[in-house]
Amino acid sequence: MVKQKWQVSLLLTFLMLIIYFGFILLIAFDKEFLARPIGKDLTIGLPIGIGILIVAWLLTGVYTWWANRVYDKQVDELKRKML
Amino acid sequence: MKPSWIIGQVVAQEVNLFAIIMFFVIVVLTLYITYWAAKKTKTTAAFYAANRNITGFQNGLALAGDYMSAASFLGIAGMVSLKGFDGLIYSIGFLVGWPLIMFLIAEPLRNLGKYTFSDVVAFRLKQRPVRIASATGSLMTIAFYLIAQMVGGGSLITKLFGISYTTSVIIVGAVMTAYVLFGGMLAITWVQIIKAILLIGGATVMVILTLSQFGYNPITLCQAAVERFDISVISPGSYISNPWDAISLGLALMLGTAGLPHILMRFYSVPDAKQARKSVFVATGLIGYFYILTFFIGFGAMLLVGHEAITAGGDKGGNMAAILLSDAIGGPGFMGFIAAVAFATILAVVAGLTLSGASSISHDLYINVIKKGMPDERSEVKIAKRATITLGIIAIILGLIFKGQNVAFMVGLAFAIAASANFPSLLLSITWRNFTTRGAVWSIVTGSVLSLVLIILSPTVWVDLFHNSSAIFPLKNPALISLPAAFIAGYIGSKLSSEPEAALKYDDEKVRTHLGVGAH
Repeated sequence: MVKQKWQVSLLLTFLMLIIYFGFILLIAFDKEFLARPIGKDLTIGLPIGIGILIVAWLLTGVYTWWANRVYDKQVDELKRKML
Repeated sequence: MKPSWIIGQVVAQEVNLFAIIMFFVIVVLTLYITYWAAKKTKTTAAFYAANRNITGFQNGLALAGDYMSAASFLGIAGMVSLKGFDGLIYSIGFLVGWPLIMFLIAEPLRNLGKYTFSDVVAFRLKQRPVRIASATGSLMTIAFYLIAQMVGGGSLITKLFGISYTTSVIIVGAVMTAYVLFGGMLAITWVQIIKAILLIGGATVMVILTLSQFGYNPITLCQAAVERFDISVISPGSYISNPWDAISLGLALMLGTAGLPHILMRFYSVPDAKQARKSVFVATGLIGYFYILTFFIGFGAMLLVGHEAITAGGDKGGNMAAILLSDAIGGPGFMGFIAAVAFATILAVVAGLTLSGASSISHDLYINVIKKGMPDERSEVKIAKRATITLGIIAIILGLIFKGQNVAFMVGLAFAIAASANFPSLLLSITWRNFTTRGAVWSIVTGSVLSLVLIILSPTVWVDLFHNSSAIFPLKNPALISLPAAFIAGYIGSKLSSEPEAALKYDDEKVRTHLGVGAH
């Protein structure tokens, strides 16, 4: 159970790290990509940047949902067995 | 068209009556909360952790309040207004640390500790060395974070009331010391909650007013910015020119959040791990929303206030951009409101920082090092209060020394120290069975000393402050070197020593981490 909890935590952590450092590496090494215009007066970097803010929040939502629905139940069961 | 920056400048130099009224309303209201909280704050659990009675939603608001500091509101808006897209890099970095806090730190922290995150690091290790090291790491982080807040607060009041910078910094220091001294965590939590609501509400109104001048269409706002300047304002660009700088800053911002003592401390004010989770979810949503707002505010200031007016009066960091914009779109009354909210923000954050510093001194250093863990409620609160006064004075002095720095940038440095000194030992002690006392001390000492030395040798201090011709360390932010070094030092230190007791206690720790059995 503890293993599963760490798997979920680590999976989500890596997801966040990949998204964020993907963005940082783009800034560091391929600025042109983020500066590419879409439409007339927007660059691709803007929706990506704001998208990351929203995705970060959604990930915390996913974890909360999982922990409340799955993990807490298992913890309660285990506690009952121990007592 | 009349250039609006002229209006902004003239009003800023006069005394804004409405602002003063708002300012006093906020101070009186928050001091009343402090008075109310003071009656309930008798024990150490009340002083440090508000009796663990705060709900997840309330704590989420308070966390957001703690985090939406002067750096976020004034600093990021200022940076966006001057540099465009590059300001967004800061806001994203500030936000992405939150999911990591939730996935890795929040629940173990809640279940293992009592008042400070050092409780967790020291849980199964030798108390004295680990406490000394981790309290030092906390205090260094707090010092740098305090600088940013004091500088922001000082320049804000100077602008508003036309009084000198020195007097302003002293006022901020004195009022926040009063909150902490008398009301403890309960007062600060409620001040944070009220301030978070005011700040998010005020920023929302500001964005709506800004967009009203651009047909309520964010794309029109971007269009106008591109027309006025060029496409580079919405592209990553000039500010972070060195790729390694970008990566280093990214690391510091992301992992530093998980090493901020005043944020970590908040998890002790909720009853259990479930509420801790909920509070992170609420906080992340609010902070993310707020950062999107500051991005629009920055662009609004760039267009409606203009670069010259923002940097007028020697404010090269652009810290006043948001305040000037509120004047340009809503007149002096609205500016008074926004300025008062920004002032409350600074007070609340500084108070939170000071409380966590005081708890570090009294709980970690005094009780666990000098008194060797003998609990003594009365003297602990007494020491905490003395520490509060001392920290208040230090905050004032630091605020005076570092006048004129961009506050978001200073906070970036605080994050680098937090990420290097606090985060590695915290993570290793939660996850690694063979972590030892020596490993913890080495990791903290390496992280804090290295990040501090590299900051001094960096272009910002070595060139800008000491006026040397070139920097010894090329990066503006040290995290790229100091963070991995802290992990390596922790690993080597642990490998070179063995601590069977610590490894044995790991199983206890695991039960408590995951089940919350035996948690305070």
